Amino acid sequence: MEEVPHDCPGADSAQAGRGASCQGCPNQRLCASGAGAAADPAIEEIKEKMKTVKHKILVLSGKGGVGKSTFSAHLAHGLAEDENTQVALLDIDICGPSIPKIMGLEGEQVRCQALWFEFLEDNLGVMSVGFLLSSPDDAVIWRGPKKNGMIKQFLRDVDWGEVDYLIVDTPPGTSDEHLSVVQYLAAAHIDGAVIITTPQEVSLQDVRKEISFCHKVKLPIIGVVENMSGFICPKCQKESQIFPPTTGGAEAMCQDLKIPLLGKVPLDPRIGKSCDKGQSFLVEAPDSPATVTYRSIIQRIQEFCSQRLPEGENLVGS
Amino acid sequence: MEAAAGECPGNLAGVQHIVLVLSGKGGVGKSTISTELALALRHAGKKVGILDVDLCGPSVPRMLRVQGRAVHQGDSGWVPVFVDREQSISLMSVGFLLEQPDEAVVWRGPKKNALIKQFVSDVAWGQLDYLVVDTPPGTSDEHMAVVDALRPYSPLGALVVTTPQAVSVGDVRRELTFCRKVGLRVIGLVENMSGFVCPHCSECTNIFSRGGGEELARHAGVPFLGSVPLDPELTRSLEDGRDFIQDFPDSPAFPALSSIAQKILSQTPAGLS
Repeated sequence: MEEVPHDCPGADSAQAGRGASCQGCPNQRLCASGAGAAADPAIEEIKEKMKTVKHKILVLSGKGGVGKSTFSAHLAHGLAEDENTQVALLDIDICGPSIPKIMGLEGEQVRCQALWFEFLEDNLGVMSVGFLLSSPDDAVIWRGPKKNGMIKQFLRDVDWGEVDYLIVDTPPGTSDEHLSVVQYLAAAHIDGAVIITTPQEVSLQDVRKEISFCHKVKLPIIGVVENMSGFICPKCQKESQIFPPTTGGAEAMCQDLKIPLLGKVPLDPRIGKSCDKGQSFLVEAPDSPATVTYRSIIQRIQEFCSQRLPEGENLVGS
Repeated sequence: MEAAAGECPGNLAGVQHIVLVLSGKGGVGKSTISTELALALRHAGKKVGILDVDLCGPSVPRMLRVQGRAVHQGDSGWVPVFVDREQSISLMSVGFLLEQPDEAVVWRGPKKNALIKQFVSDVAWGQLDYLVVDTPPGTSDEHMAVVDALRPYSPLGALVVTTPQAVSVGDVRRELTFCRKVGLRVIGLVENMSGFVCPHCSECTNIFSRGGGEELARHAGVPFLGSVPLDPELTRSLEDGRDFIQDFPDSPAFPALSSIAQKILSQTPAGLS
């Protein structure tokens, strides 16, 4: 990936190649010629690669720390419990790759560069920038263009093979990573996005922006998951709202925006523990109300995906 | 405060101390800690500014009940929004520049960098004792842009926030590396969401584990500033834009938040221009 000047206006901007910061950039002539505005050939290459991937699901949230990676990991675990279902989990949170730890693969480095995958089970493969770092203290201090290059490589250069579900875990926000993954998968067709939130308004206000982003880029929304929805004290069994739904929580927001609410997952301290130990919470705590809710959400996602019509058409619009 | 040679002192000339609030991890309480720190410093009689450089998820306006306010252009630049009549807390956030509150800021890195530079150079902060800079999670464009733009003004350092569990600590370790690489001093580490005391029976449950922050501070050789427990009153105060420091001095979260503010107040200006 070539380095770009740190005030790069973007290869597809009207200022491409013409801005003051473009002077001396190796790509200046190319950008000024308007070539940057042409479609990236990688998009077609990725479309070809993705022909063997049946369903693609993005897990998004405007807000950080609401449980995207936790949910992505458990969606992958849940789907892969059927050994005839091939599942791939791709972590594009380049600065904060949590998936290796949550999946119990921390410390694994991708042994075979050509394959790129780390297999947890025969039918569950995981890819993350975390596998490319040699130490847990290594920081990935990259600007947007370099992150975009990595995402392109993940999508184009990984040997995906026959996959029933590709789950893409994303960082919080509405920026480079999100634009890139939507752009690069544009021709390959994404089934939809699952949006994660917690009940309080501070989260919902960011999540509404994420929903607005989905509409802008015409990404169908499968539905919203409300995490950390109430806490039952293990001693007295009484419920507390640690993150109070002061404006009605995800339920009110979904009603307002006419988006399905897939489920409300309560706080269970065993969830955090399972993630820290790299184990599936669904297996560690099968009787937890959180597990019951996760399983019901996973089923609804499967139903949504199975309604998807052949190439180019979709039953449920954005 | 002197700026680097060749640069005009600009709009940060009247700012005495700059503190960045960072975390590799999202949702650990950076904006919460930034807001509570500003409120605590105000109660200590200081004039505080908050610069919210989380462009995709600007949380601070709502936490101070000033969402929806407009920003005006003055002679020296944008006038920050004052949170109170006494003008003891001022705030700048992309939240004030959006036409619709739910509008998404869908920008790539270069555009984000440009706005952050403007927030540093074109906001008329005036005379401030402290400028608290709230950041988004990660180690990317926003962080590099704000550190570069603030470098001539020699920030006091960074408060790094984590929650106790390993998944958070895993990201925050990388943030500490970032601080080292860019030469940003770590004032200390805060462990947030550290235990929940049931209001019905007083049983303490470690919902997000316990102790990871303290252990990380020890491993990385940075000061540990304290553990802030989960308190629904704190979350509710932030939702309603209330002054938690004033309204809930008996909260289990209060001692840790006060101690963080005390640590900042006790930093000597030795070595700063």
